[in-house]
Amino acid sequence: MSDNDPDRPDLGSGSSSTATALREDVPVAAPRPPEGSPVWTGVLVAIGAITLLGILVVVASLAGLWTPEFDWPSWLVSSVTAVEKFGLMFFAIILFVAVMTLILLAVDRARGVRNWAVALAFLGPMGLMLIFGLIYPGVRTIRESFFDRTSTNYVGFDNYATLFTEDIFQIVLRNTAIWVFIVPIVSTFIGLVYAVLVDRTRFEAIAKGLVFLPMAISMVGASIIWKFVYEYRPDQEGVEQIGLANQLLVWVGQEPYQFLITAPWNTVFLIAVMIWIQSGFAMTVLSAAIKAIPDDITEAARLDGVSGFGMFRYVTVPSIRPAFVVVFTTIAIGTLKIFDIVRTMTGGNFNTSVVANEFYTQSFRQFNIGLGAALAVVLFVLVIPIVVYNVRQLRLSEDVR
Amino acid sequence: MAFRTTWRGAAAVTCGVGLSLVLAACGGGDDDGGDDGDGAAAGDVDCSAYEQYGDLEGTQVTVYTSIVAPEDAAHIESYAPFEECTGATIVYEGSAEFEAQIVVRVQSGNPPDIAYFPQPGLLQTVVRDTGAVLEAPDTIVENVESYWSEEWKGYGTVDDVFYAAPLGANVKSFVWYSPTAFEEAGYEIPQTWDEMIELSDQIVADGGKPWCAGIGSGDATGWPATDWMEDVMLREHGPDVYDQWYTHEIPFNDPQVGDVLERVGTILKNDDYVNGGLGDVTSIASTTFQDGGLPILQGQCFMHRQASFYQANWPEGTEVAEDGDVFAFYFPPISEDFGRPVLGGAEFVAAFTDRPEVQAFQAFLASPEWANAKAEVSPPGWVSANTELDASLLVSPIDQLAAEILADPETVFRFDASDLMPGEVGSGSFWTEMTNWIANDKPDGEVLDAIEASWP
Repeated sequence: MSDNDPDRPDLGSGSSSTATALREDVPVAAPRPPEGSPVWTGVLVAIGAITLLGILVVVASLAGLWTPEFDWPSWLVSSVTAVEKFGLMFFAIILFVAVMTLILLAVDRARGVRNWAVALAFLGPMGLMLIFGLIYPGVRTIRESFFDRTSTNYVGFDNYATLFTEDIFQIVLRNTAIWVFIVPIVSTFIGLVYAVLVDRTRFEAIAKGLVFLPMAISMVGASIIWKFVYEYRPDQEGVEQIGLANQLLVWVGQEPYQFLITAPWNTVFLIAVMIWIQSGFAMTVLSAAIKAIPDDITEAARLDGVSGFGMFRYVTVPSIRPAFVVVFTTIAIGTLKIFDIVRTMTGGNFNTSVVANEFYTQSFRQFNIGLGAALAVVLFVLVIPIVVYNVRQLRLSEDVR
Repeated sequence: MAFRTTWRGAAAVTCGVGLSLVLAACGGGDDDGGDDGDGAAAGDVDCSAYEQYGDLEGTQVTVYTSIVAPEDAAHIESYAPFEECTGATIVYEGSAEFEAQIVVRVQSGNPPDIAYFPQPGLLQTVVRDTGAVLEAPDTIVENVESYWSEEWKGYGTVDDVFYAAPLGANVKSFVWYSPTAFEEAGYEIPQTWDEMIELSDQIVADGGKPWCAGIGSGDATGWPATDWMEDVMLREHGPDVYDQWYTHEIPFNDPQVGDVLERVGTILKNDDYVNGGLGDVTSIASTTFQDGGLPILQGQCFMHRQASFYQANWPEGTEVAEDGDVFAFYFPPISEDFGRPVLGGAEFVAAFTDRPEVQAFQAFLASPEWANAKAEVSPPGWVSANTELDASLLVSPIDQLAAEILADPETVFRFDASDLMPGEVGSGSFWTEMTNWIANDKPDGEVLDAIEASWP
């Protein structure tokens, strides 16, 4: 690439006529070299141009104007064996490292680049991936929710009408509401009380470790464990209970109970699993926040005669409010998206289905893309207010500081 | 997997050089690359039946299925003669998420060459929604017409176009029981429905629970209950009404369907009859179908209606034989008017590409050579409805019985109706409503009305 290349936008002001200026010429100490290599400038411009082109293609495809017809090489799209899959993973990592290296080198070595060019080089690839991996699927999902089951005919709000009128979806929405109401409140409450109770006791480390342990178990793993806990065997001769919960019931002289079958209580027993997992998370974050309360505040309160519950109510809770909000909203968002527990333990049967599970069932079992997309959009809309609240609270707490 | 492929490729190249001369010597190249030394079986292959496929040296066919370990091993092994004789390599991929993934793969432009569809209903969905399944070539049509009875071609046909040949099959009209327990108690195998009810009452009078059942199956919970409905429909109203039922010529809440549900309820929702060793009626919903029949071994129940493939669920060491620990009898007829109806299921082979090696492999799977090659290497729990199948090659007496029933021209065979109904019903409301019927005691009428309302 020469300096006289008419196609190249003139980014630099102090253009030198030598096209051989290489990195040796760059003064190392200078914060922004006034004269750099046109090669690196070209690289920077190329990255920006490719990024822009990528964004244009995605937007064009999204608007239905033009979709590139391209035969992807088979190793890229259909890796079957483990070796091929790992190969693909390493390819992606190397590609990422290569692009980042190029950008970092180019930004330093290109000459006289403007700020917007630097910004484009840094933000462009990330923006492209955001558009490709987040915005494009999002917009497409919203679009599909207004189409029929194969995404061919526009049906307006029919899918949403189905969701909000048919009985089975009423139950799904009701269950999701129960989940989102119970899990954040109970998990945060248990986590908070536990954190306060074990704070500065002798067994603090062990006690906290035990409650935190379920966090390390995957949702599916936890569900399988709890399925065994709830396992039912009849009260018959020669039949032994194998589930912990029913064995306890039998020991206290009760009939064994079908925990996962009887609606609506079965939803509550599923929720117990989520609380079991999330309380540890709430406890850890809140405990750290409690430890961060400055001693002078607690001491001042104590001198004022505050103790026991008063200390908890008027000192501890207000001091950890930001952490409290983060914990509460994080658990609420996680609970809205709950899928694994329901799918593993009941498969959504016995009136326990929730929005995310129903979304999967409609999209990938019934192949009703429209209805599945509508469920996904409903989930998305439900999460928005929580995220907005979370961000606002974060801002507020930063302002206070 | 990659190792396996390379090894096979190398062996194929070596063999290809002197294909006709030293075939037997190349036989060993096809085991798992280990030294289990079962190359002899493959080495004895008579390649004359494979000459029609031509030389497919260096080609590769990808197969995507819902059959995963351990059952996939026999499938992979059964392709050995084809690979030996033609030089083609078969790349097998099984996935437990097949039903969801096949559509995703087709829509993202990455279909396999060949897919095994576990239900005709799913085949219909993929054909109609994607249009990517290719019409079966003439060689396949000829094979299916020569080796299968007539109705089988219909199951692989969507909107009057024939797409998919049947692969394996199973017979669902079986009641599992313990021959030793029957003998000790002096019970006889019932020959009619009425005798079966008499026997059930007899067992109740003797202080036992006659039946056990389980319909739990993850997100497919409910399917074993639909099988009950289908078996009873065939026996109570016969094959013609059965056909009208799954094609929706009669509504799902038709009184005839109501009769059937009521009759199934006399067993499944009768607390005196169920659920031996597992609990009351609702425990049928919480018990997985795999566990549903196991109380028979403890003498806690006596009968369990489930397909031939259930034999894979008996614990190791259980003797499956007419005088052993467990065996199955034919689910007895209700009326003599309809002969001996049999309910069953099968997988179907559909192709997404039409390269010569793909069509050759497709034809091979529809041939007696494959059926017998599979029978030779298959563990218990597999049959085919291929009429040329040599039943003596099957290891299990139940499979032999199933193969005989399938090959018998007197048999009135009907395919699992829920697999033929539209997905919204066949793998949707029919399952969930039968589950509600058992778990929540939902009344018969409401169950049938709800399924009818969901019919697209």
